[in-house]
Amino acid sequence: MDKKKVITVENLVKKFGHFTANNNLNFHVDQGEIFGFLGANGAGKTTAMRILCGLSSPTSGKVEVAGFDVSHQAEEVKKRIGYMSQKFSLFEDLSIWENMRFFATVYGLSSSEFKARGEDLLRKLNLYKERKRLVSTLSLGWKQKLAFSVAILHQPSIVFLDEPTGGVDPITRRQFWEMIYEAAENGITVFVTTHYMDEAEYCDRVTIMVDGRIDALDTPAELKKQYNAASMNDVFLALAR
Amino acid sequence: MNRFIAFVKKEFLHIFRDYRTMLILFIMPIAQILIFGFAITTEIKDASIAILDKSKDEVTRELTQKLLSSGYFNNDAYLTSESQIEPAFNDQRVKMVVVFEPEFGRNLQKEGTANVQLVCDASDPNQARMLSQFAEGIFASYASQGVVKGIQPEVRMFYNESLEGVYMSIPGIMAMILMLVSAMMTSISITREKEYGSMEVLLISPLKPLQIIMGKVTPYVMMALINAVSILALGYFVFGVPVKGSIILLLMECLLFTILALSLGILISTVAKNQMVAMFMSMFALMLPVILLSGFIFPVENMPLPLRIISNIIPPKWFIIIVKTIMLKGGGLLYVWKETLILIGFVVLFVTLSVKKFKIRLQ
Amino acid sequence: MRILLALLQKEFLQIFRNRTMLPLIFVMPLVQLIILVNAATMDMKNISITVADMDLSSTSRLLINKLEASPFFKLEELSINKEDAIDRLQDNKTDVVIFIPNKLEADVNREGIGKMQIITDAIDASKAQLSFGYLSNMIRELNLSIAINQQSLPNLNQIKSEALYWFNPELNYKYYMLPAIMAILVTIIGMFLSALNLVREKEVGTAEQINVTPIRKSHFIIGKLVPFLIIGLLELTLALLVAKILYDLPVNGSLLVLYTFAFIYLVAVLGIGLLISTKSQTQQQVMMLSFFFLLVFVLLSGAFTSVDNMPYIAQKLNRLNPLYYFMNVIRMVLIKGAGFSDVFLEIRSTLVIAIISVSLAVFSYRKTT
Repeated sequence: MDKKKVITVENLVKKFGHFTANNNLNFHVDQGEIFGFLGANGAGKTTAMRILCGLSSPTSGKVEVAGFDVSHQAEEVKKRIGYMSQKFSLFEDLSIWENMRFFATVYGLSSSEFKARGEDLLRKLNLYKERKRLVSTLSLGWKQKLAFSVAILHQPSIVFLDEPTGGVDPITRRQFWEMIYEAAENGITVFVTTHYMDEAEYCDRVTIMVDGRIDALDTPAELKKQYNAASMNDVFLALAR
Repeated sequence: MNRFIAFVKKEFLHIFRDYRTMLILFIMPIAQILIFGFAITTEIKDASIAILDKSKDEVTRELTQKLLSSGYFNNDAYLTSESQIEPAFNDQRVKMVVVFEPEFGRNLQKEGTANVQLVCDASDPNQARMLSQFAEGIFASYASQGVVKGIQPEVRMFYNESLEGVYMSIPGIMAMILMLVSAMMTSISITREKEYGSMEVLLISPLKPLQIIMGKVTPYVMMALINAVSILALGYFVFGVPVKGSIILLLMECLLFTILALSLGILISTVAKNQMVAMFMSMFALMLPVILLSGFIFPVENMPLPLRIISNIIPPKWFIIIVKTIMLKGGGLLYVWKETLILIGFVVLFVTLSVKKFKIRLQ
Repeated sequence: MRILLALLQKEFLQIFRNRTMLPLIFVMPLVQLIILVNAATMDMKNISITVADMDLSSTSRLLINKLEASPFFKLEELSINKEDAIDRLQDNKTDVVIFIPNKLEADVNREGIGKMQIITDAIDASKAQLSFGYLSNMIRELNLSIAINQQSLPNLNQIKSEALYWFNPELNYKYYMLPAIMAILVTIIGMFLSALNLVREKEVGTAEQINVTPIRKSHFIIGKLVPFLIIGLLELTLALLVAKILYDLPVNGSLLVLYTFAFIYLVAVLGIGLLISTKSQTQQQVMMLSFFFLLVFVLLSGAFTSVDNMPYIAQKLNRLNPLYYFMNVIRMVLIKGAGFSDVFLEIRSTLVIAIISVSLAVFSYRKTT
């Protein structure tokens, strides 16, 4: 079956002064895929992701997300994506429900749609009873799960996750990945950066960035074979050297 | 010690990298001095007045001429009836209307007295009073034509012969800028570290708490002193305000006041939860009282007793007295030792309080 | 529209949930208003005078009695020598020294003219001028009464001038300062709150979450503007009530005029605050920038000293100063009872500033870096 491409990146370059953060990136992401974006800290993952989300403009190159050019139609892109940043960025001084309602309205959900979906989401998260709690009182794991739920509340075609599991415990990480799988099953494309190599195994395809370049792009199984490695960790070490 | 120096270097880098804030810190005193020197003046000149002359004779014309040639007044309208007075105040914004009674000149010559009304827009009471006083003086001296002699006062304006307004503002600006740079900036930068958790990182480092605080404030001390010198230099070169006393003593006092402001800033940062709170505390608890209660703009003697008492706990009040005495009157330590001791007392108080607060927080 | 409402709802929830800021926003300014208006007075009184009377005659006695009776002066010490008196000037113990030489009365009687000295600490130039004004009036009166007593002037012409103080017959300085302090407080609250609020979202990272949504820039800015506009108007209302109740501030004009202007004014000031924060990265930067603007605005506005006496350039600069217009309007409406037509110029100019500042804020807010 010929899959539809939801992200196309051609010759993407991003420079900050003399520093080149993204050096000529080329890749595409298919619809419904879980696409892993791997690399060491400072390899240029977040920069690339911010460009894909329309938060930052590329120095040169062509980037299409959900059928729109991010340089010229960033606002159209934004209607069709969800984003969860590295730093927790829901409003700490609002309750869970208030946060969800705010973002739902911003993405144009009607109140009845929101009510149904929101309650459903909270029940799944076991947070329904806690919905009036201020977000600042939640633990980091809960905050991350909530942030993810908010990011997919409006059923975007793509959701971007920037190191979503940084600093959370292994059990929460597992639960988080279950949520990612569920989203993917519902047809949401997942674009996720991480530096946990075990998480890379969960992705359909991964790229590995080193010093602003893409050094490898394939399914985890293929990459392991290619680099003759037992785990993705070994693939990564082989590349980083 | 090496560790400490490295830390201070880091703090300097932080501050200098933010060139915008730096720029403002240096432009602010300059702008303030220029505004105070050139724009803030209570000296009356060319105040807009209107004349309602019901007599229109030689004498009233001469009196009008005298008013206008005094330099205080500028005639912007001739009115013909009383009903035009109110519009003159609201539309044309004149400040005073001079109303000569009918037959003014005849009355003065025949009966020895003539009446004139000075209708003032007293929504600015001070200006109203000054304008009417000036006009009365001009009329009185015209009437007596130098016939009355008697006591003749000879005036000497000490310390500021040419009555420049900027003399009064330089000590005030110094107090304000030093307070701003030292208290406000430190309270906010320390609170910022608290808010973002980087304070914790510093606290578990091998640096002692005292060193951390010292490291944070050293750059601000330097900036404050640079500011103090630039204010003095501007005052001298642009407005000719001299430093009559010892400049060393003056700078030492500036240093003392800076330390005081810093300790106050640290105290605020131990109390404030986030930057916004720190800012509002500095703004409302420091800046406004500094501007209004220290005698910078409004003389303390005019205030009601409770405020005069409160003004004693406003450190800038004492600093302003010190600067005035040393800089403008040429007095030495002999004249300011009391005020200096009071400032030292404040420093001790603030430091003790913040050390206490700081310790509680660490536990 | 729904998005805008959601933004507003969010801002209000955040503002009213902030238990430390709310009292700061409402209580502090009112306390300031109540206290500071007493401090801000140019009513000269208690000017301290030291008299060195070498004459000890009935004439010098007359002068001293007049000084004692005057509400402006506080007689500190009498009959010390000139050097000691001047030393008191140096030591900040007195503001004015009057030196009466020992032959004053004899000279007046013999030659018609007697000389005396007034030595003033002129560091505060306006105070020095005022004290001299009072003193010379006093001496003029004294001379007149001496002359009348000696009947040396049979036919003295007199111009009787009567000063009428309209709008504020008792020359109550509070009526002048209350509106000014209100205007300043409303400005501080509006400008700082809006500026800090936006940059705080940048610092915390929630601004980025907003930037990745399809919210329009103009909606976002309006969402930041409206809550503080309402707070500003509430602040003004509270301040008016306090001033009315505690200080019996007259409200001679129409409140509709005042509030219409205040509305436009707040939009202008909030726009400037938001513009500052779109251009800044940290709260410290915002604070310094807003403080700078605020200070220039306040000092030039005529809050403390009349704009009429300022040089040409300062008066021109004031055309760009929204607080200058607010100062005019609030004083004219409250004290002078001005109507719409009287403050048309102010309304028009402030409207222009408001439109420009808000457009610039929207324009310079970057969703993409």
